[in-house]
Amino acid sequence: MATAVTVDKDRKYQSEVNDHSKRIMTEYSDQLARAAKGGEPAGFLMISGNCVEILRAFDMHPVFPEVNALQLAIRKQSLPMILKAEQMGYSSDNCAYVKADVGMLMSGGYGPQGTIPYPSLVVCNYVGCNVYVKWFEHIAEFCKAPLYMLDIPFLREGDAPSQDDITYVVRQLEELIATCSRITGKPFDIDKLREVLALSARAEEGWSRAKELCKVKPAPFDAYFDSINMMGPINVLRGTTQAAGFFDFAVEAFEALAAQHKGPLAEERFRTVVEGPPPYPYYRNFRNLFSAWGAVAVNSTYSTVGGLWEWGFRHDPRRPLESIAEQMLVENLTNRSLTARYQQIRRYVEEWEADALVIHSIKSCRLFSAGQGDMREYFTRDLGVATLLVESDLEDPRYYSEAQMKNRIDAFFESLEHRKFLRKGTGGDA
Amino acid sequence: MPITPIIERCRARLEDIEFGSVREWKARHPGGRAVGCFPVYTPVEIIHAAGMLPVGLFGGGNTIELANADARFQSFVCSIAKSTLEMGFQGRLKLLDGVIFSSICDVARNLSSVMARNFPELHVDYIHHAQNMTSPSAVDYVESEFGRIQRSMERLAGHPVSPGALAASLKTYNQIREILRTLYRIRRESPHLISTVELYILARAGTLVDPEDHLRELREVMDLLPARQGRPKDRVRVVIESAFCEQPPLDLLQVVEDAGCYIVDDDLLTGWRWYVEDVPEDPPPLRALAESYIRRSVYSSVRHDGPRSRNLGLVEKVRRANAQAVIFMPAKFCEPALFDYPLFRVALEQANIPHLVIEFEEKMWTFERTRNELETFVESMLFD
Repeated sequence: MATAVTVDKDRKYQSEVNDHSKRIMTEYSDQLARAAKGGEPAGFLMISGNCVEILRAFDMHPVFPEVNALQLAIRKQSLPMILKAEQMGYSSDNCAYVKADVGMLMSGGYGPQGTIPYPSLVVCNYVGCNVYVKWFEHIAEFCKAPLYMLDIPFLREGDAPSQDDITYVVRQLEELIATCSRITGKPFDIDKLREVLALSARAEEGWSRAKELCKVKPAPFDAYFDSINMMGPINVLRGTTQAAGFFDFAVEAFEALAAQHKGPLAEERFRTVVEGPPPYPYYRNFRNLFSAWGAVAVNSTYSTVGGLWEWGFRHDPRRPLESIAEQMLVENLTNRSLTARYQQIRRYVEEWEADALVIHSIKSCRLFSAGQGDMREYFTRDLGVATLLVESDLEDPRYYSEAQMKNRIDAFFESLEHRKFLRKGTGGDA
Repeated sequence: MPITPIIERCRARLEDIEFGSVREWKARHPGGRAVGCFPVYTPVEIIHAAGMLPVGLFGGGNTIELANADARFQSFVCSIAKSTLEMGFQGRLKLLDGVIFSSICDVARNLSSVMARNFPELHVDYIHHAQNMTSPSAVDYVESEFGRIQRSMERLAGHPVSPGALAASLKTYNQIREILRTLYRIRRESPHLISTVELYILARAGTLVDPEDHLRELREVMDLLPARQGRPKDRVRVVIESAFCEQPPLDLLQVVEDAGCYIVDDDLLTGWRWYVEDVPEDPPPLRALAESYIRRSVYSSVRHDGPRSRNLGLVEKVRRANAQAVIFMPAKFCEPALFDYPLFRVALEQANIPHLVIEFEEKMWTFERTRNELETFVESMLFD
């Protein structure tokens, strides 16, 4: 039986697709830094089911505080910011994404001295996550900025919103457009919005095609760890030529890899589906623990927080506001129920032919994590899917224990290996 | 008859872990159905108008040992979510035919899914309450959402709700809320006449009986209250804030009072006292409820502010109650409450209002440390 191998902790996972993503995201960050210095109009948004296209129609720089927070974590700079926020009265039990961002704001990270422009408008796209409401109330209060509360009714019955839900969202989008117009002094140009939406749809098509390619064995990229590098282009840069071009490029690169039967690791021994955000402060360490076992994620739920493109939805320039409303209401993970997520994962496990489900439960985000013990019950007991549940955090390094994490992951894959071995011996599929 | 026996009767009702009052109601209404209302706000009028019994569902308090629920929800999740689920696993919710959750927080939303999956015989509804308090379209949305809940309740009850029945329910709950507002005013003005523990017991016990019965009980108290004697004591007047969902143990409220505080306002059971004035009886009832939700309700940590921030709301509440301090009392792991603290703190400090933080869990049973903290705080106030 094969066992885990030690992975070089400095192992390079970079591919040309990741490099491309990094390049266009760096350009975006540079633009924000220039906007911060020049006082250009900026609109704040959250990632989940966002309506970045509206801001683009007014040439407002979209700023995503979640991206600020995750960049702090991945650069191992989050803890001092979190501690600063805790000194202000934020609880150790509050979402550390918020705390890191607030700590950054209070440390001069926003405005002419920092890298993030002050908001001209805070657009709280309340898409599932209740913490968004608090986070943006606080930013609006600290920056003395206007806030528009874009309330998206949760998907409550079945898979479709009611017509009244859609009407409510469309009417709010119209109010948001009027607000953006007032703040920027620009008239609303529906043709410009349609052009932006066409670019969005092109990127969505590419994203969907790329994820589809992970059904190939071996998968040409890791649909958790590598998808995170693609989440910037799809969620932050959506609606730009850069994002559309990136996905054209990515699909071509992944198709070539798939044709050559090349994956991100030398050997794909286990195919996993991963649920939950990653531990950004220990992103590489965490990835290495799976790589050591030849485990490759073939799909992930985290990659769908901004949008669920793989089931065919695309923004539609012919129905601009309606399609934005549908995306916010239906076509993303966060506005759907926990049990709808079970079904999403189930499809991933079945259609992407995964060997196991890995749940990374994080303290910060209860939208993701609350109830994941029940999810584990469903997959192990009801469906018989091998499931690993590990806990840490996406932002706060204090909750990540490398030794404990390694023990859990090693034990899980050891037993999965054994199970595969036994199945092989009994003639079952391996 | 003095008030105390009524309070004792109410106390026995809310401490009855078998929901005896709900069983009695069902015995008196053969075929009648009961619907649990998870905090914070549920339009109970709709349930009542469908001929069913709305039941306050506030978790297991300190009466339940977790055997299953902590394998479903992690250690960093609030107690009320886990104890409510555990009540389901232990069969203590069997007498409920439905449960309604709403968009108060991420945990409650996921809990509604987990409940629906694990207890398929239970009718589980989830309300998305409006967060946009300024859009002209919000009232239409709320009316539509309450209409959806009405249709759902009609299916559960097996018959339609007539506008007349809904109007009658609005009236009944208006009367209850008006008496509760009056009792809150009396406590504010003369806290020596009715304690918070008593008032809380009265209000909470009302979530477990037919509202008509509750109304009779409240009227009895109103009749008896003027005869109550008492002398004001030298105590610190405080407002309790942030205990709006998971409820603190009665003993904790008692400790606050024993430590030398008059609690002159609070947000306990806030969803059952949601409206600051009557829901109007003229417009069509669902429209009246929807308009009131947007325009006549208290500020809340589980909803985005309207045009005025809840930080100002808290300061105004303190001023109105002529209180000297705030006891910020969030349930452990309650994100909506904990997130409000940093801004509440700034607003209170700017208004020169001292505050103390007492974090609690419904299942806590020792209070020595809390008592020490409270006594120290009270002393610092009295001898300042």
